[in-house]
Amino acid sequence: MTTTNHSQQQAVPLAPSEAAEVTGRAPAGQQLRPGPRPKPQTAFRRALSRYNAPFAGFLFISPWLIGFLLLQLWPIIQSFYLSFTDYNLLDQAHWIGTKNFRQIAHDRLFFNSLKVTFTYVLTSVPLKLAVALLVAMLLNRAVRGISIYRTLIYLPSLIGGSIAVAVLWRNIFGLDGFINKIVPLLGIAPKNWIGTPTTALATLVILTAWQFGSAMIIFLAGLKQIPAELYEASSVDGASKLRQFVTITLPMLSPVILFNVVMGVINAFQTFTSAFIITNGGPVNSTEVYALFLYKKAFGTFEMGYASALAWILLVIVAIATSINFIVSKYWVFYESEGGAAK
Amino acid sequence: MTKRSRLRFGASPIVTHAVLIAFSLLMFYPVLWWIFASFKSTPELALPTLWPKEWLWRNYPDGWNALPKYTFTFFYLNSFKLNIATTVLHVLSASLVAFGFARLTFPLKNALFSLLLLTIMLPSQVTLIPQYAMFHSLNWINTYLPFIVPAAMGGAFFIFLLVQFIRGIPRELDESAKIDGCSWLGIYWRIVLPLTRPALVTVTIFSFIWGWDDYFGPLIYLNSVDKYTVPLALRMFIDTQSAVAWGQLLAMSLVSVLPPVAIFFLAQKHFVEGIATTGLKG
Repeated sequence: MTTTNHSQQQAVPLAPSEAAEVTGRAPAGQQLRPGPRPKPQTAFRRALSRYNAPFAGFLFISPWLIGFLLLQLWPIIQSFYLSFTDYNLLDQAHWIGTKNFRQIAHDRLFFNSLKVTFTYVLTSVPLKLAVALLVAMLLNRAVRGISIYRTLIYLPSLIGGSIAVAVLWRNIFGLDGFINKIVPLLGIAPKNWIGTPTTALATLVILTAWQFGSAMIIFLAGLKQIPAELYEASSVDGASKLRQFVTITLPMLSPVILFNVVMGVINAFQTFTSAFIITNGGPVNSTEVYALFLYKKAFGTFEMGYASALAWILLVIVAIATSINFIVSKYWVFYESEGGAAK
Repeated sequence: MTKRSRLRFGASPIVTHAVLIAFSLLMFYPVLWWIFASFKSTPELALPTLWPKEWLWRNYPDGWNALPKYTFTFFYLNSFKLNIATTVLHVLSASLVAFGFARLTFPLKNALFSLLLLTIMLPSQVTLIPQYAMFHSLNWINTYLPFIVPAAMGGAFFIFLLVQFIRGIPRELDESAKIDGCSWLGIYWRIVLPLTRPALVTVTIFSFIWGWDDYFGPLIYLNSVDKYTVPLALRMFIDTQSAVAWGQLLAMSLVSVLPPVAIFFLAQKHFVEGIATTGLKG
């Protein structure tokens, strides 16, 4: 009778529910949809029935899931632990507390690499994206020959990250490079661009900006999605080209710009190959970007505990930079679905 | 077409084309110079001019055989072996996982997918050292396993790209196959996979080209010359010679970018679409 009390309370508003409870225990209580309460032993099964493949789904994603757990999550945790040790690959790691971090706080080369990396990120990303957007807008207007231009302009991006292009750069911007035959025409004295501390980083920034092709293609695809009616309506209203750019192109394109900025910044913080091949961090550490500094600690002197601490600091920096990008984006990124203005 | 031509406003098309041609040439000039420079003698490399006074065809055979013990043929075979293996694994695993995320529902799916997206943004330095230590303790250093095993997990970026694509394929087909009693594996293999072909081509291209260009991985995991890939061989070229034979080096560098460039020309459409989808639908 104790159960009746409970079921009566529910039965008050709905008359057939009493019956439903009875038949609900029978194997096939189909015709009484609204009423049946789950049997305790089938609750788990019912929870799973919300999914079309509760077990097969895991099988399908298992290659990634296993890889994620073993090759990413576990190493991340381990790297956090190692950052508090004196690990050097060959000997057992010893816990040394925060010594690595305290040492880093006094490491002149660490602060140098931070300065170099931030300079690199803050110059190369805006330069690359500005060029990409400008060229994308030009290409968006060209009706004919778009694929030829796209090919010519994209090709450097295709090969730009390779060691082959780093070799090319080393030659072009060296003392005997052909750049030195061109710059006097612009009134600049020839010099060894790669061997001069004040200009070495600039050659790397130019190399990065030269590879604007991917960002450009993403911009181009974004531009194609802006309805032509918006421009037509505003030119009827007498808006200037500049005004159209500011009031239509930029807001409509802002989600795509955000994507390019976020990915561009994350990638720029990790730049390695060009700095390693072209300048190897020199001259006088003027191009020793963070990833290169970390590499030298980990695989040059095998201070792997120290390098792990550096890696975690990089993770925090990248996370903060990305969060800032997303937080600031609330003030400038325009989403059609939210604003609803476009439709 | 009409829509785009309506977009043409402001400066005349001639001006647009003039600016574009000038800009394309400026961007492309270093590559053009590079092609001609690979036939030049060292003193001539200091000039911005294109046409070599004297064509040094032997830069190519000399460069090809310049390294001691092995010719470049050997390093190209290494690079092809490694990258074909990793590319095949990337395509197979990424498509399986992407099918799971795009079509199946299972507990924790959304949380796991968010994690997958997060890992695209994860700086690889954070996992570098423990991964290296792990592979070191498994005796995988100086083998291709540190490249092949991670490729078998699919690669977060490729999975994301394929998920975006599969979501765009109408579900009616696989639903009717389901009613006919087709298993999930059957639906994946017989229905979704054939329809995903354009995106699979994109993944193949990117996986091969990125693998081909990868320098950091081989740098830390491969340490004997008989395992070297082409980028490491190029680096050795710089290191082993006291006075760098720039003509030969530029010639060999140029040859090393030919496979990616050839793939790019063969499959340009997939390329452009691949970049655009990942950037836009994210």
